[in-house]
Amino acid sequence: MNAIAAGLDLPGTTSTGVPPQTYNYRVVRQFAVMTVIWGIVGMVVGVYIAAELIWPDLSLGLPWLGYGRLRPLHTNAVIFAFGGSALMATSYYVVQRTCQTRVFSDRLASLHFWGYQLVILLAAITLPLGITTSKEYAELEWPIDILLAVVWVIYAINFFGTLAIRRVRHIYVANWFFAAFVLTVAILHIVNSAEIPVTLWKSYSAYAGAQDAMVEWWYGHNAVGFFLTAGFLGMMYYFIPKQAGRPVYSYRLSVVHFWALIFTYMWAGPHHLHYTALPDWTQSIGMVFSLILLAPSWGGMINGIMTLSGAWDKLRTDPILKFLVVSVSFYGMATFEGPMMSIKTVNALSHYTDWGIGHVHSGALGWVAMISIGSMYYLIPRLWGRDQMHSIAAISLHFWVTTIGVVLYIASMWIAGVMEGLMWRAMNADGTLTYAFVEVVKNTYPYYFVRLVGGLVVLSGMFVMAWNTWKTIRAGHPVDAPIAALHPA
Amino acid sequence: MDVLVILIPLSVVLALLAAGMLVLMSQHGQFDDLESPGFSVIADDDRNPPPLDVDQGAPAPAAQQSAALNKEHFKP
Repeated sequence: MNAIAAGLDLPGTTSTGVPPQTYNYRVVRQFAVMTVIWGIVGMVVGVYIAAELIWPDLSLGLPWLGYGRLRPLHTNAVIFAFGGSALMATSYYVVQRTCQTRVFSDRLASLHFWGYQLVILLAAITLPLGITTSKEYAELEWPIDILLAVVWVIYAINFFGTLAIRRVRHIYVANWFFAAFVLTVAILHIVNSAEIPVTLWKSYSAYAGAQDAMVEWWYGHNAVGFFLTAGFLGMMYYFIPKQAGRPVYSYRLSVVHFWALIFTYMWAGPHHLHYTALPDWTQSIGMVFSLILLAPSWGGMINGIMTLSGAWDKLRTDPILKFLVVSVSFYGMATFEGPMMSIKTVNALSHYTDWGIGHVHSGALGWVAMISIGSMYYLIPRLWGRDQMHSIAAISLHFWVTTIGVVLYIASMWIAGVMEGLMWRAMNADGTLTYAFVEVVKNTYPYYFVRLVGGLVVLSGMFVMAWNTWKTIRAGHPVDAPIAALHPA
Repeated sequence: MDVLVILIPLSVVLALLAAGMLVLMSQHGQFDDLESPGFSVIADDDRNPPPLDVDQGAPAPAAQQSAALNKEHFKP
């Protein structure tokens, strides 16, 4: 608190009295490059397992190429490696720029980067080997869990440390979202990963049966809320105004959005366990909280999109803005679909079907990936001393292939999901099931094929991005921007 | 469902902590001005006209910086 008091509105000074000269863009550059690389890796694995669902022989009989082992590799790679790197790059950039100060510790930033990459590397090795806790989105075994917890604490110290040494009085709203992400994910990870080691690579969860399921989805859905939503909303509140050159539509609403989301998110998890051994009232609480979430989600979505009011024409010419704004539209769609699917009667149809996969990808590809990609296109030229990306046309191409790919993906999964749900529940007059399970599987093949095409199209866009990034970096050189003198608010 | 004895209080504690943070921060005046912070962020010029090497970075003159951003961001 002393550091905050000392830093208030005193241009050019910090708690040490020595003005740091530049922002630490190095850590932002490191995470930005890894965002592109892990994006490609994660999506390649995704496309491969999508193909395995059509042609199971693609695993070549090798256990470590089987769907069951590669699927967690895909989810970990896209969520934690790609999405995580994007969040870390943008959070370090945004917190430094909006606090007008260099990151709290360069050493911790470096340690954070390399530690996090080590966690990802260990995941990429252990998951195909079948080393897993088998808890969805928390598959890593206990030694990696501990390493991740340590790395995350380093991140938290560095992020909150930077907030503490800020040189402007006000904490910009994006930082609140990033802060909630950093803090809550730490708590979720530690509670859910409580496990009893048996050997170096084998442990048992500290919770059993339905209790374990409850903890798992308390973690799982809050990870959606605080990893895949809060952090990326931080991106939305910084990069859309910056790219559009206009302030947030309503700054007041953005602050209300933050606090409303924080207070209502924690108990949506049980909607993943409708009609299971979980007590009925717990399921209902999960459903009610999920429905309530529609309000803050849409408040924020409208706030993000309306930031363009008066500048809508920029959407015609600026592909980065297209990425950012379309991502927020997907956020609106996914946050309408989610509460709807959490209603028990809807869930009775949608649960365990490919509708869930479609829903997740409209959030993960449409919202998370597109806002990350847009933010990277904003950041990369600034980090390497360029005015803009090497090719604006390539960004435009990337935007269109991503949009088309995502639409193919989610539309095919919606149709497949509703079809599966209806066929599974269809009954004959005598009470027997109309369709055998395998008949339903046979009917999903065409949709699996369209999904594969959609995934391939999205992946092709990532290669365009990699080429564009490479050309931009090659023609530029690493730059650490100077910290400007403070200007009156 | 013994685990709810942990999870529900944990969520309540987190919500109370958040509420405490909200009250504390409003008392510190974080939410007194909910108009200008939106403008300060876009006024911060983060583009790259003066190229500086990583190790030789020196702050650009303040007057030059603010002139640049006034020109760019506060068009009538």
